[in-house]
Amino acid sequence: MTVVSVENLAVALPSGADRKLAVEDISFRLEPGEVLCVVGESGSGKSVTANAVMGLLPKEVRPVAGCIRMGERDLLTLSETEMQSLRGSEAAMIFQEPMTALNPLMRIGDQIAEVFEAHKALSRRERQAKALDLIREVGLPDPEKAIRAYPFELSGGQRQRAMIAMALALEPKLLIADEPTTALDVTTQAQILDLIRDLQQRHGMAVLFITHDFGVVAEIGDRVVVMREGLVVEEGLVDTVLSDPQHDYTKRLIAAVPPLSPSPARYHGEEGPILSVSALSKTFRSGGGLFSKARVVPAVKDVTFEIARGETLGIVGESGSGKSTAGRCVVRLLEPDAGQITLQGEDWRAAQGAALRRQRKRVQMIFQDPFASLNPRTKVSSILTEGPVANGVPRAKALARARELLSLVGLDESAMGRFPHEFSGGQRQRIGIARALAMDPEVLVADEAVSALDVSVQAQVLDLLADIRDRFRLALIFITHDLCVAAQICDRIAVMREGAIVEMGNTADVFGNPQHDYTQSLLAAVPGWGESSPLTRWRRKLAEA
Amino acid sequence: MTSISNKATGARDFWRRYTRNRGAIIGLALVWIVIIVALIAPLLYPQSPWRMVQRPFMPPFAVDGFWFGTDTLGRDIGAGLAYGARVSLLIGLVSTFVALLIGIPIGAAAGYFGGRWDDALMRFTEFFQTIPSFALAIVLVAILEPSLSSIVLAIALVAWPPVARLVRGEFLSLRSREYVQAAVLTGQSSLAIIFKQILPNTLSPVIVLASLMVATAILLESSLSFLGLGDPNVMSWGYMIGAARTVLRQAWWMSVFPGVAILLTVLALNLIGEGLNDALNPRLARKGR
Amino acid sequence: MAIAGYILARVFKAILVLIAIAVLNFVLIHAAPGDPAAVMAGEAGAADEIFLQQLKEKFGLDQPYHVQLWNYLAGVLQLDLGFSYRQEMPVAQLIMDRLPATLLLTGTAFVVSILLGVMLGALAAVRVGRWADSAITTLALLFYATPLFWIALMAILLFSVQLEWLPAYGIETIGANYTGWAQAMDVAQHLVLPAATLGLFFMAVYARMTRASMLETAGQDFVKTAKAKGLGEGPILRRHILRNAILPVVTLAGLQAGQIVGGAILTETVFAWPGIGRLMFDALLQRDYNLLLGVFLVSSALVLFFNLVTDLLYLVVDPRITLTQ
Repeated sequence: MTVVSVENLAVALPSGADRKLAVEDISFRLEPGEVLCVVGESGSGKSVTANAVMGLLPKEVRPVAGCIRMGERDLLTLSETEMQSLRGSEAAMIFQEPMTALNPLMRIGDQIAEVFEAHKALSRRERQAKALDLIREVGLPDPEKAIRAYPFELSGGQRQRAMIAMALALEPKLLIADEPTTALDVTTQAQILDLIRDLQQRHGMAVLFITHDFGVVAEIGDRVVVMREGLVVEEGLVDTVLSDPQHDYTKRLIAAVPPLSPSPARYHGEEGPILSVSALSKTFRSGGGLFSKARVVPAVKDVTFEIARGETLGIVGESGSGKSTAGRCVVRLLEPDAGQITLQGEDWRAAQGAALRRQRKRVQMIFQDPFASLNPRTKVSSILTEGPVANGVPRAKALARARELLSLVGLDESAMGRFPHEFSGGQRQRIGIARALAMDPEVLVADEAVSALDVSVQAQVLDLLADIRDRFRLALIFITHDLCVAAQICDRIAVMREGAIVEMGNTADVFGNPQHDYTQSLLAAVPGWGESSPLTRWRRKLAEA
Repeated sequence: MTSISNKATGARDFWRRYTRNRGAIIGLALVWIVIIVALIAPLLYPQSPWRMVQRPFMPPFAVDGFWFGTDTLGRDIGAGLAYGARVSLLIGLVSTFVALLIGIPIGAAAGYFGGRWDDALMRFTEFFQTIPSFALAIVLVAILEPSLSSIVLAIALVAWPPVARLVRGEFLSLRSREYVQAAVLTGQSSLAIIFKQILPNTLSPVIVLASLMVATAILLESSLSFLGLGDPNVMSWGYMIGAARTVLRQAWWMSVFPGVAILLTVLALNLIGEGLNDALNPRLARKGR
Repeated sequence: MAIAGYILARVFKAILVLIAIAVLNFVLIHAAPGDPAAVMAGEAGAADEIFLQQLKEKFGLDQPYHVQLWNYLAGVLQLDLGFSYRQEMPVAQLIMDRLPATLLLTGTAFVVSILLGVMLGALAAVRVGRWADSAITTLALLFYATPLFWIALMAILLFSVQLEWLPAYGIETIGANYTGWAQAMDVAQHLVLPAATLGLFFMAVYARMTRASMLETAGQDFVKTAKAKGLGEGPILRRHILRNAILPVVTLAGLQAGQIVGGAILTETVFAWPGIGRLMFDALLQRDYNLLLGVFLVSSALVLFFNLVTDLLYLVVDPRITLTQ
């Protein structure tokens, strides 16, 4: 008895969008007790599909063909009232952003109890009791307190648990999970994936799991549907599709997924370090006045590392580990409270004011968000020349160099006259790299430089970074939360946790033989690369071929 | 080449989005009418608006050429309306300009430098925002003696805090934007960063706010002159209504026409503000429709 | 405990602001053209020498500025706002006599405008794009653009002169000597026009703000979560959208308190409402600066009080404040 079947569904986008149909002629079935993953890059239409099933599409986006069958009914023909009674009771949904998916002004318990109220189930007292049970079942700590807590008192992972509790409330047959772990840290992600898997089996639910991450697919999926630009390109058992993809696109996509194994060791740095950091500390203080205590957050504690020319040092950690703060101290966007930073034997912290401005070019940064890192009102030519010109390079020379750099990062010279919004995310990131290179830096700090990119683009930008590092013999500090990405490009890895480095060593050693408990748990949490995982098998096959 | 075509399409896009708002077109047309009337007032009414030209208390349309009637002293209301437009526009524009001159630097400094600067400047701004602005304007004009410049100063002094708050908010969020940090890293000076990287990106909301401020300033000026705090040498709409107040029962036209003039001008400016908002912040505007 | 600290901090801040306003007042007295004694006497340029000399001694105007400032502040803290020579009464007493009328007017206008404004704004947001929305938005736009004093005059023209429904001037029927319930009804009748005109503008402000805020909140993730629960439109609107959308409106209402008090000056002037706004207008006509500045100080204090009320209101609506303090 199929739980839900999508047949030849087409969904139209509003006029003015970059294509007519968000999804086109897609079909798949979801059987009871199975986890079906819909995987694809941004713009593939995977989220639209999920929302179509729930009847939660925005007004201007509407289904134009096909049907979505649940039992006898076609969900696309149901009235809004009928859909309302179906939502929450027969089908439930959890979302990507646990931080914003809960009403900030309502207690967690009330938000869970609201599901019963919406479907006129149970008495008021029973609702609260049942909410408490659910809170226990999803493993929120201190249930009696959690039921009275407001969302802002919970962490991201805890909020996602609360969302799951809500979804489970009326024991739906179908759970739709729209990128539910994307916004979470890797260890939290592993816990939430475990929880979903566990609850799915215990309650015999069918799960429609939307994700962009093949590792997650390998971890949790039974079957998988691969989507690209609104079309289904491949469908099958996770075990077969991931270990033996048939379609070219799937092959390329899976090949681009960085594996959780270090790339072969490279020759690096025989000379001494170009940059050394020792006992670096930074504490944030906020608020605090006559009547309130200041909040004190020690972001970086006693961090020491060094890096040579041509070398890549990865700084890996979860959110709040202090990795970005450390990076920002190195580029001098933040002033550390204590510690030494030595650049080429000179005290890098001694430079201040105008002297610092003159020297800033030596240490450059590549930022995370390709949309926020370029001034929307400035043409690429100015973006690439402003810095050198401010440092006294004649404009003509700076322009010539900018053109050179554009072709180096793989963009056409015609990009010079265009504005940032005319480029894709990957292209913008290339412009950001060119901007840093225009300064002729000695040290490059890449702060989550590929995290916002789709996996295929990610691989290209990583290649580009490695290429420029070797070409200009740059010292590259690569900050990331993603262990797999770090494994691809880093020679050495420093693992940070709560502001301190817990383990540092050659990439192969850290990955092959992690010493610290935390490193071990981080590595264990990365989804999809177990010994028996189809991804591992496909990778092995590729290596043999 | 490319840059020219880019600017042209930018302007065309802007105009397309602006004209999509029907109210904004009406507003623009109305404001143009007011501007033209203000400009050609001396041609329409060569006589001073203060001169008695007909018998007092003459209702509208009673005598040819005096469509709007005369006031208690036999002055032509039509002339008052035309010359009043000049004062309203002048005070609206100049006081808004002065308010921007005060508000933008304060907001920019608070948002860019943050920390203690921000604290101090924002306390200062909040202080001005707490004081009942109309009462402060009255006190200022009364103490400085009513004149065009004291009115402009008073309006500007009560109008700048929202500018400072808006600019500060924009600066605060843009300050931590990655492209600004990248500019810091390339060794550009604070001034260069403020003027090249941040300020241009704060202009859209400031322009929208400024158009609404002109409207508010006109309202404020009319209220001041209504209370008898207008410049005694210039004819203004608020003064006309204030002077006609006591004869409201006998001569409705003396207060109705100038009131309609204020209403239409302020309405038009508000409509323009909404149109500008749609055109300059397309992402926000879409939500509303 | 946290709440007490929050309230204490707010009250402390309000007192600081009030002192700052008093200092500003002091500066303004001395900024007025002419002899400060003459300014205080309200007789710029025309008072006799001996009287002025007496004034100077009485108020210590011959002493250095900082001593004068100190005396002035000390006076303000003891609710001594000086003497009105025009009205031959202490300023504080003049104001105290008139304050209840102003509180009645502004309070009514504030409550009515925020209730109606939020209701209309919410209605417009729910019916976005339909005729009710267009009607409300247009009306709000019109009231937002109309000068307060002119609405007041037009209301008198229509409801008092033409229709003769409501009294136009004063707070009660002069000479009627009503007492008890009859008096209350009489005052209520007199209150309708001034409160309505004063309230209309602010109703327009709150309606626009509520509409915008509701539309913005409706696009938030947690509203989608509520839909995914199968919740009906009513509860989603009330519990999720309106409750969150109201927060910025409360903030705005606090900020607008000053505008309402300012608006009362115009309304009271037109309707001859015997409040401090009317008092200010009289002071203006008579160039009675001492009284003028006294009213200014008290109206600022009134605004601070309204702000404090909104801050406390915030405590009720937003749990994040008490718990993160």
